[in-house]
Amino acid sequence: MSYLEANLKTVPTGLRKVLYLNWPVIILLTAVACTGFLMLYSVAGGNLQTWAEPQMKRFGLGMVAMLVVAFVPIWFWRNVSALVYVVALLLLVAVELFGDIGMGAQRWLEIGPFRLQPSELMKVALVMMLAAYYDWLDVSRTSRPLWVAIPVALILLPTALVLKQPDLGTSIMLILGGGIVMFVAGVSLWYFATVLAAGAGLIFSVLQSRGTPWQLLHDYQFRRIDTFLDPGSDPLGAGYNIMQAQIALGSGGWAGRGFMQGTQSRLNFLPEKHTDFIFTTLAEEFGFVGAFSLLMLYALILAFCILSALSNRDRYSAIVTLGIGGTLFVFVTVNMAMVMGLIPVVGAPLPLVSYGGTAMMILLMAFGVVQSAHVHRPR
Amino acid sequence: MRRSARKAQESSRQITRRGLMLGAAQAAMVAVLGLRMRKMQLEQAEEFRLLADGNSVKIRLIPPARGLIHDRNGVLIAGNEQNYRVTITREDAGDVDTVIADLRRLIPLSDDQTAELLEEIRRRAPTAPVTIADRLSWEEFSRIAVNAPALPGITPDVGLSRAYPQGPDFAHVVGYVGPVSDYDLGQIENPDPLLHIPKFQLGKLGIEAKFEDQLRGRAGQRRVEVNSAGREMRELGRQMGEPGVNLQLTLDYRLQNYAAARMGEESAAAVVMDVQTGDLLAISSSPAFDPNLFVRGISGPDYRALMENDHRPLADKTVQGLYPPGSTYKMVTALAALEAGVIKPGETVYCPGHLEVSGRRFHCWKRAGHGRMDLIQSLEQSCDVYYYDIAQRVGIDKISEMARRLGVAVRHDLPMSAVAEGLAPTRAWKQDRYGQAWRVGDTINASIGQGYVLTSPLHLAVMTARIATGKAVVPRLVRSIDGVEVALPDAPDLDLQPGFLDLMRRGMSAVVNSRRGTANGSRIVAAEWTMAGKTGTSQVRNITAAERARGVISNDQLPWNRRDHGLFVGYAPYDNPRYAISLVVEHGGGGSSAAAPVARDILLFALHGGVPPLAAYPESQRGRIKTLQDSLQLIDPDTLSGGRSRA
Repeated sequence: MSYLEANLKTVPTGLRKVLYLNWPVIILLTAVACTGFLMLYSVAGGNLQTWAEPQMKRFGLGMVAMLVVAFVPIWFWRNVSALVYVVALLLLVAVELFGDIGMGAQRWLEIGPFRLQPSELMKVALVMMLAAYYDWLDVSRTSRPLWVAIPVALILLPTALVLKQPDLGTSIMLILGGGIVMFVAGVSLWYFATVLAAGAGLIFSVLQSRGTPWQLLHDYQFRRIDTFLDPGSDPLGAGYNIMQAQIALGSGGWAGRGFMQGTQSRLNFLPEKHTDFIFTTLAEEFGFVGAFSLLMLYALILAFCILSALSNRDRYSAIVTLGIGGTLFVFVTVNMAMVMGLIPVVGAPLPLVSYGGTAMMILLMAFGVVQSAHVHRPR
Repeated sequence: MRRSARKAQESSRQITRRGLMLGAAQAAMVAVLGLRMRKMQLEQAEEFRLLADGNSVKIRLIPPARGLIHDRNGVLIAGNEQNYRVTITREDAGDVDTVIADLRRLIPLSDDQTAELLEEIRRRAPTAPVTIADRLSWEEFSRIAVNAPALPGITPDVGLSRAYPQGPDFAHVVGYVGPVSDYDLGQIENPDPLLHIPKFQLGKLGIEAKFEDQLRGRAGQRRVEVNSAGREMRELGRQMGEPGVNLQLTLDYRLQNYAAARMGEESAAAVVMDVQTGDLLAISSSPAFDPNLFVRGISGPDYRALMENDHRPLADKTVQGLYPPGSTYKMVTALAALEAGVIKPGETVYCPGHLEVSGRRFHCWKRAGHGRMDLIQSLEQSCDVYYYDIAQRVGIDKISEMARRLGVAVRHDLPMSAVAEGLAPTRAWKQDRYGQAWRVGDTINASIGQGYVLTSPLHLAVMTARIATGKAVVPRLVRSIDGVEVALPDAPDLDLQPGFLDLMRRGMSAVVNSRRGTANGSRIVAAEWTMAGKTGTSQVRNITAAERARGVISNDQLPWNRRDHGLFVGYAPYDNPRYAISLVVEHGGGGSSAAAPVARDILLFALHGGVPPLAAYPESQRGRIKTLQDSLQLIDPDTLSGGRSRA
């Protein structure tokens, strides 16, 4: 029996749980999603049916799923964490074997009427798995090499599968998400320093491998790096997207061009305007004020997650809350940095705003776990 | 496992520390992203705004070349010609009024046009180009091109526009294209982006409309670099679209032209059909209009003139026009009676000039009566009483069933606008339509193609072809699509006794070739082209008893629109049928005088493949025919040879 279960009697029960939900987080999530609906309506040229309406339906469904998950005690989620991870892993293998191929990558799994993207599920499953692992592990062993090697393997296994699809964006997300959990669990900072150094070395060798028989990335991935370093080198090819995105973003100015007035998205200069590049339309139409406000909304979500975690004496709850909040913020950072030309273009949607069913559903369910941790915290 | 309090405390402290570090890292990321936004959106905003406004790369659609339409010999009926025009884009123009005022010094634009134009420019999206003027002369066009730098937002360009080199000849069949209207866009689900191009032209009528999707083709794309005024600086790449498919029709341009010329100013319609294949060689409605007027946008007065003309040039009388077939329907009645077995082939009926049925007197056209008539004679002299008699015996339902079997009062599947179904009435139909019982008198009227019976010239041509061949020939208008032959429709056997059909043919031959035949004046004397046919005169008015008492006034004394319609159906050669014709002359008077001579000339033209030789006509008529032939203004195939290569 854990510390948490020993304090069961102080945990709210039944519908009273509603009062103990982390309401600020729910309100913030809704605010972000509404921004998303607005932008999807705008990029569809003022058409609700194209993207905004399906997205709204999924959000509604996702909110219900979130509440269901939130009402289930957190120790249940801790106990099934390993199972969720294994299922996600098996689905990743399944997608490898039977998956649909879209945009040159194998990402989708057709289950009855649903189209599932197992890599999205894995983003959350990995955080839960690692949180459960660190909850189980004796705190004093956290930084011993052997006990560090196990979570690293847990991260790299799905990462390798996702990389094979190939989906570089999600692979990076998995490593970052897993890294955050290890970080908050208290793994020695020396490991992180070592990995950063090794990463720099890896990037160097990847760049060096170009053109050799043991080339480590696809040609298109190399080209993306090229165009990132110098978008002007290929203004009509891959660099076109980056340049147009930056023009859209920059031309927004202080207050933007006004809702539905962005010329860049209106005139179809923007690529992927309803998915990965949706932030550029927001920045174009609502300017610095709009873009920075959205960034702050995301930051506040993580801030409230941190507050919740710090006041939670259960180890699993704290780690999973920080892990999910941190992962969300990392996704946001990667997407925004990408469209603003700070890092190369990798396929990374803006959580809750970009059009996409699986991602939104799973993210909301993950926040269900965060809510559950909050509701069922030991008092 | 119960964790010791010390360990729990250590874990909490650890997490608090790392959580705060995470918060700090987040704050750092927010700072980095925020600074980047600040740099791009506040410091560099001007630069980016300039780039966005003068965004140098734009994607323009390349309209595909519309598919060509040729006649059966490969002569162009509908093609595309270069069209010099000038468009304006509001966003690039800035001050539209000034630009237009400047432009008006270069090309003539009336005040009305200008007002209309300014209205349209304001209505459209700022980025959408609006056509200011098209079909400019080369001089006007180059004047604008030279001055273009001083006219922001103005783009001179060359487009393709539809042209119909044959003028009015094919106006009803092929139809015309016109600018896409808001109504058109509303009709189409998910319209092709092409249709949003200003003044893009869409098939509005006839084959142009029916084959719109195939004729239109697929748009290509051009990526062009433009300067801040919206002017194209250079082309960066293009992806070609697909031109529309080409159609070849079964029509013969010379025959079509001859038919139109021969019908002249009459309000008339002619259909010529190959009896073996069903190919329509000519399908001409007179008077016609020039489809090119509609492509350019017809002027108000021109349109009013077409609308107000009592000869209805806009209506396609060949397939939309419905007429009582008159005596040309007698073959239907006779075949129905023979097939039902109610009369024998040699059966005779006595015609006293009228027939009394339930207290009502039905007159034969010949007041004095024809005397005793057999079937062949009844056709030859077009005796009405014979048919009054046999129709009562066979009944209306069998007659109408025979009509449909012969291709009358059925909707033929032709790619033309508003193909009419016509009407072969039945008892059930009348009950349904009027809530009244069928009467014997109705059958009697229907037996000679009056009363409720309504047919189009197309129906009558199909009927004639079917009688001539004994096969259920189906009309065909499109011969090949993009060079791929359209399969000939099946022509199953009509399953009528050959003896009965032969009787009809002999009767029809007698109409033309026997001295007493109603169309004897229109016989063909060339032995290899002997014609068979049937005249018809259909009343468009009721002759009242009072009028009859005063003596029926002749057609000439009536106002034009109350005169009888003249009809003729026929085929030739008699012994080896090749072509069938049907001809209706609205309010032309009798079928033998108004329709038969015209039909003979058109049929002869088809058989001969050119203006018919005088030797084919009876000697006494040759002088008159020669004068007539000389007066016709026909297209000269030699001057048209350029039309083939014109695309």
